Amino acid sequence: MIVRIMGEGQWRLADEKLDALNAVDGDLEKAVSSGDETTYQAAFAALLDFVRSGEKVPDDELHDSDAILPPSDSSLAEMRELISGDGLIAG
Amino acid sequence: MSIFKRMSTIFKAKANSALDKAEDPRETLDYSYQKQLELLQKVRRGVADVATSRKRVELQASQLQSQSAKLQEQAQKALSMGREDLAREALTRKSGLQGQIDDLTTQHAQLQGEEEKLTLASQRLQAKVESFRTRKETIKATYTAAEAQTRINEAFSGISEEMSDVGLAVQRAEDRTQQMQARAGAIDELLASGALDDATGTNKDNITLELERMSSGSDVENELAAMKAQLSGGSSTPKELSGEAQQSAPQTAQQPAAEPARPQDGDVR
Repeated sequence: MIVRIMGEGQWRLADEKLDALNAVDGDLEKAVSSGDETTYQAAFAALLDFVRSGEKVPDDELHDSDAILPPSDSSLAEMRELISGDGLIAG
Repeated sequence: MSIFKRMSTIFKAKANSALDKAEDPRETLDYSYQKQLELLQKVRRGVADVATSRKRVELQASQLQSQSAKLQEQAQKALSMGREDLAREALTRKSGLQGQIDDLTTQHAQLQGEEEKLTLASQRLQAKVESFRTRKETIKATYTAAEAQTRINEAFSGISEEMSDVGLAVQRAEDRTQQMQARAGAIDELLASGALDDATGTNKDNITLELERMSSGSDVENELAAMKAQLSGGSSTPKELSGEAQQSAPQTAQQPAAEPARPQDGDVR
């Protein structure tokens, strides 16, 4: 799958990495609901690092992403706003 | 639903709504390309704006640095003159300035970060726009209604995602730069109005005045000392003079012994 990190670009993740991705994602979700900024930062950084460990999609390739992550410097408040915004209804 | 999926849903919804607006695929290819070029220009302007802000912060920081260095000098001078109270005063002002310098340093690092990010975003978009242009020309050349729609959709979704990404990056950079410009503007105003000069200047003035008074005082002392030295050390000449005077007095009394006094008299003249 192809994952975009906003402001950084796209990465291609092998299918066998999906389980691991879900685990990191689960940690992030727990961190967000915990409301602790430090825990959140650590969990979000872990998710981003996981994505960045994939293969970078060259700049001149046009691909739709399968998943999109907000910019790496998003705060917990920003993340919450993104999740609780119209996105939830749209989803 | 996981964070990951929710995030993706949000952005995808946005990308799709942009895509839905496309009616005649071939026309929209050109239209979209135009939009891409506009965005590309916008990013480049964004890079330039951030660079301008960065330079402004650099300038301010160096102004504050030189004020801080001045205070440091004053503190040393005051201390060398045995005025610990003045030295303390100068160092207190200096530590006040240091807070602002630190703040500017942080801002500078942030602006540099934004600048790098936007530069990279601009490079990425440039490459993608170029790919889109190639693809667009191919699609137009080999256009058959049946296959075109899918290929156009593919090209669109790839580029529109990049565009909303870059668009958001520019937006964020602008927001941050504006916040910093507001703060930078405040410092500029302070520097221009002399209020900051006053804050440091008034105190600096106090310190400077005191130091000047002390150094002019010590100049006076030095001059006095030099004069005294001249008077006592230089009294070698006056002594001769007074010696001559003493000699000349007896000379008048003992005129026959006045012979050696003659060349001396000549010297005095």
